[in-house]
Amino acid sequence: MLAKRVIPCMDVKDGRVVKGVNFVNLRDAGDPIELAQRYDEERADEVIFLDITATSDDRATTVDLASRASEQLHLPYCVGGGFRSVADIRAMIAAGADKVSVNSAAVADPSLITSAAAAFGSQAILCAIDAKHVAGAGDKWEVYVHGGRKATGIDAVEWAQEAARRGAGEILLTSMDRDGSRDGFDCALTRAVARAVDIPVIASGGVGKLEHFAQGVIEGEADAVLAASVFHFGELTVRQVKEHMRAQGIPVRL
Amino acid sequence: MIAIVDYHKGNLKSVERGLAAAGGDVLVTDDAAAIAHADAVVLPGVGAFADAAATMQALGQAGVVRERIAAGVPFLGICLGMHLMFEEGVEGAPQEDDEASTHNACGLAVLPGVVAKMPKVDQKGLSYKVPHVGWNTVQLQSGSEGIGGLHQASSARAGQSCGLSERAGLSERLEAVEPLADGQKSSPLFDGIPSGTYFYFTHGFVAPSGPFVVGETTHSVTFPSAVQYGDVAFGVQFHPEKSSDAGARLLRNFVSIVKGA
Repeated sequence: MLAKRVIPCMDVKDGRVVKGVNFVNLRDAGDPIELAQRYDEERADEVIFLDITATSDDRATTVDLASRASEQLHLPYCVGGGFRSVADIRAMIAAGADKVSVNSAAVADPSLITSAAAAFGSQAILCAIDAKHVAGAGDKWEVYVHGGRKATGIDAVEWAQEAARRGAGEILLTSMDRDGSRDGFDCALTRAVARAVDIPVIASGGVGKLEHFAQGVIEGEADAVLAASVFHFGELTVRQVKEHMRAQGIPVRL
Repeated sequence: MIAIVDYHKGNLKSVERGLAAAGGDVLVTDDAAAIAHADAVVLPGVGAFADAAATMQALGQAGVVRERIAAGVPFLGICLGMHLMFEEGVEGAPQEDDEASTHNACGLAVLPGVVAKMPKVDQKGLSYKVPHVGWNTVQLQSGSEGIGGLHQASSARAGQSCGLSERAGLSERLEAVEPLADGQKSSPLFDGIPSGTYFYFTHGFVAPSGPFVVGETTHSVTFPSAVQYGDVAFGVQFHPEKSSDAGARLLRNFVSIVKGA
């Protein structure tokens, strides 16, 4: 049986981890590779590097990061942020990335998913969706792009279905309402998407304590759970999280 | 020296670094002559069956790799590299859904049968996500007992010692291996690795079953996740180079086998 995954996510700018990282015993806490190796030791199932600058000038730095990661990491990793074309994605895959995630560019031109999945396989293409609850509309969420700054009017569940139909291998679903709140995942959103698609859904946004991870899987029906700051700040270790999940009856790799 | 066969389909750095970290002296090469002189051969897993098999034929690698395996040189096929050990594969062929198609691509025919699509529905009608991507467990086989119910190539020809190999351009299939040991010994590739250990998988096609299976994994079907030909030729469906410390241990075991051979 496939294990449910726990995924630390690192925001990277100019090849460095941004947002405070509060790990002791790391020579260089700003080095994404060294941080990823630490998470590997803690039993992370994969890691995501999110390039938050993602302008064309910084692309070479990110390709270099992917290249170093393929040499030095012994677990799968995904690179996200700023891919606009199949050529952008090809450079990252050629550098050794196992997966890439697409977001705004895929909303602008959904055929990017189709072309990328055809070229590199569905398993290599994640569709990242930033979703925000539509006030007063019950179970309805809207897709936002450009780092959550721009509303699109697109329904998040319908977009997830289209992405899956076009060949995305996974949905990385971030609740903008919960992101940074520490109130836990938006399980209603996660469950709505998980039930609507037949590809894995990664729940993201809102984790603040141990119990939230298991809730994302049990109540949100997610296949994987993602967090950033609770791991970076050393509040929780991946191992603690997985031990708790296992105690709740969730299959995890420990 | 361990030759990592480069058939021009993708990035091999993870495999190269994984084997080097395991203590191996490695060389990534597409040169058939270099492969012919290597102490061991690793066939990595990138791309699709038909495409990779065609490139291996064009570069003269296929015959050399097969000769090295037949000569008893240690071998490790990873993911697609394991698939290529078999006689035929449907992946990338014109009729992917038909195992019995005469349009299947030809593999190295070290092991019998056809590599086929992983079903999306199990015997009870439950749906599964395919490709099978993520961490799953490998149940080690102690001998050839208890592998009933595995994926069997449905082709009436699959597993027979005639026909398929000739279509692969080979005069004969390699001599059939004896089922492993006496029901006690497990594969040396998994030395120190308990049955039920998690490894990282990413694939949509599965190998056929037979007495060569040393490990199996269950998704929509139970399928061979580790196979062995003779004493020192192995194939694994998962990616040891992406499987953290369990994968590192397996690669160290392989390097030990190479050094002891």
